[in-house]
Amino acid sequence: MKPLVVTSGTVVSAAGHGLAQTVLSLKERRSGLTGCDFAGVTEGFIGRVPGIEQHGLTAVNPGFDCRNNRLADMALMSDGFFDAVMQARAFYGADRVAVVLGTSTSGILSAEEAYAAVDPVAGMPPDSFDQARTQDLFALPRFVASRLGLEGPLLCVSNACASSSRAFVDARYWLEAGLCDAVVVGGADSLCGMTLRGFASLGLIAPDMTRPCDARRNGISIGEGAGFVLLEREGARPDATVMMRWLGYGVSSDGHHMSSPDPQARGAIHAMRDALAHAALEPSDIDYVNLHGTGTLANDAMEDRAVHAVFGDGVPCASTKGWTGHTLGASGIIETLFSALMMREGFLAGCLNVGTPDPAFRSHVLTANLERMPKAIMSNAFGFGGTNCSLIFGAA
Amino acid sequence: MRIGVRGVTVRGPGLSGWAQALRVLRGEEDWVPGPVHLPPPDCLPPNERRRSGAVTRLALLLADEACAQAGLAVSDVRGVFASSNGDGAGMDDILASLSVPDGEVSPTRFHNSVHNAAAGYWTIGHGAITPVVALGCFDWSFGHGLLKAAAECLVERKPVVLVAYDAPIPGPIGRVRVTKDIFGCALVLDAEDAASGLAVLDMSCGVGPGEPEAERQGVYGLIDGNPAAKALPLLAALARGQNRRVALDGASGHLSIEVRPC
Repeated sequence: MKPLVVTSGTVVSAAGHGLAQTVLSLKERRSGLTGCDFAGVTEGFIGRVPGIEQHGLTAVNPGFDCRNNRLADMALMSDGFFDAVMQARAFYGADRVAVVLGTSTSGILSAEEAYAAVDPVAGMPPDSFDQARTQDLFALPRFVASRLGLEGPLLCVSNACASSSRAFVDARYWLEAGLCDAVVVGGADSLCGMTLRGFASLGLIAPDMTRPCDARRNGISIGEGAGFVLLEREGARPDATVMMRWLGYGVSSDGHHMSSPDPQARGAIHAMRDALAHAALEPSDIDYVNLHGTGTLANDAMEDRAVHAVFGDGVPCASTKGWTGHTLGASGIIETLFSALMMREGFLAGCLNVGTPDPAFRSHVLTANLERMPKAIMSNAFGFGGTNCSLIFGAA
Repeated sequence: MRIGVRGVTVRGPGLSGWAQALRVLRGEEDWVPGPVHLPPPDCLPPNERRRSGAVTRLALLLADEACAQAGLAVSDVRGVFASSNGDGAGMDDILASLSVPDGEVSPTRFHNSVHNAAAGYWTIGHGAITPVVALGCFDWSFGHGLLKAAAECLVERKPVVLVAYDAPIPGPIGRVRVTKDIFGCALVLDAEDAASGLAVLDMSCGVGPGEPEAERQGVYGLIDGNPAAKALPLLAALARGQNRRVALDGASGHLSIEVRPC
């Protein structure tokens, strides 16, 4: 594919509010995980973003107010992203800037609160519950478009934990088809009772901090976060600065099981090879693989098999979920921004919280940071339903 | 954007597959609304087949019917599944469980709660690794889904099946997010040799509301009761085999479609 350029980016997660805090956490190997104290759940750890409760929304319909949109707003207002979008909007026109975002649960926490306050006689949720602007999946792109004053086409992609990675692919289709000139791509997912209790019901929550790729890994820590990039054609806007290039992608399904990855990793291998083909790169051109690396036994074993099949043991790879927890549909965009930071600052983040790497793994798993200037990074995201997305980014 | 339509189907009250819907939409047969019969999907293993809910059954039936009509195997088609509510019954069940202290969430309900569950079951049922994407665009899922599916088809130069489907939500959410009927449709789009299919669509985006506004008589009364039923004017144009322009309103602006039969 012809590369597209990322001209601005922003990220908020338990690892930091904005790029500057985030890069410090990554370099100093400081996890953002804390003991779970959310929605009545006290088991396990979570990657909670401080300050959401105090963050108010301005300049939009008040009905949009919910945890997920607040989190999105915190990211929109960080890292000069709002101003960057305003410049693109002024150059291209509001109707030529699209919004393509991923989320798995949008503002479901608002629906949980509404169910707790249902009128027992009438069966009605309270009047304050604005379903369309909070719980509905489309609430996220509608909020972001409203906040940024954008009038281009909107899309919400909800492919479970691959949502915001897959959003890049769908954004490219609209750009290449000429329906827009720039796209705000990204996503947000926020803590809620449904995912905390749901993953617990599947026995997938680690009692201690998640430790992807460890021999004794025992599950995920759930996190929350949001991130956005501005994606454009290279050279289309003279004033734009290039943060990084998006070089390739591969998308596939497992066709295997709703919540267990295919142990043969057929779909994951296909996605990674397709991403390399789209980018016209060889496996040896990739300097680092940012693993999906959730910390479950099955995911990490499957991913090791897939990475080894594609790269052998020659390419360093690691998961950054020890910093953020698994931010579900937002993990793809968050780790995209982590990749941008590694290429800008010259380091590779190794897995956090690992005592002994799984001895059965054959790929080159990093458990400490490496000082190295990567030129190309692959970022993986896999999700329930058997959905896979691999993205390749290149340095500016 | 110019794109060909190679397969089409629809399921909803009084609409039971393309062969029958064709006659209704041409005015050759009266529209008689009634319960929507959704057989368990043949492609799923027995356990999943038995457990499958109405929304999954609807989506899989539509995807399989449209691909069969187009003469395409699942492995040759990329999937775009557009649904505003997803599995509303499952969501209501989970939310009800969460509203009681220490409420247990069913693990099966939870993994089926992902918006791409129906799309996932479709690939699982057929053992296919073809990519599928699940979209949720509130009242505009059909129009935004069509714009997305057409662009994917043009850029990837591969056939794409767009499946748009929604169902009423029970419980408190259903009181504020009202979906009256179960309804869905599917289109197989193909950019290659567009003129060899059923029709060619020329699509463009415009500002403000589109024209002509859809009528609401008879079967078209379904339009206001389900986001996927906004496809009805396009389906009618395909059924009638006449040159016709239809408009689909979006979240902002509209999609204008010139339908030319092949």
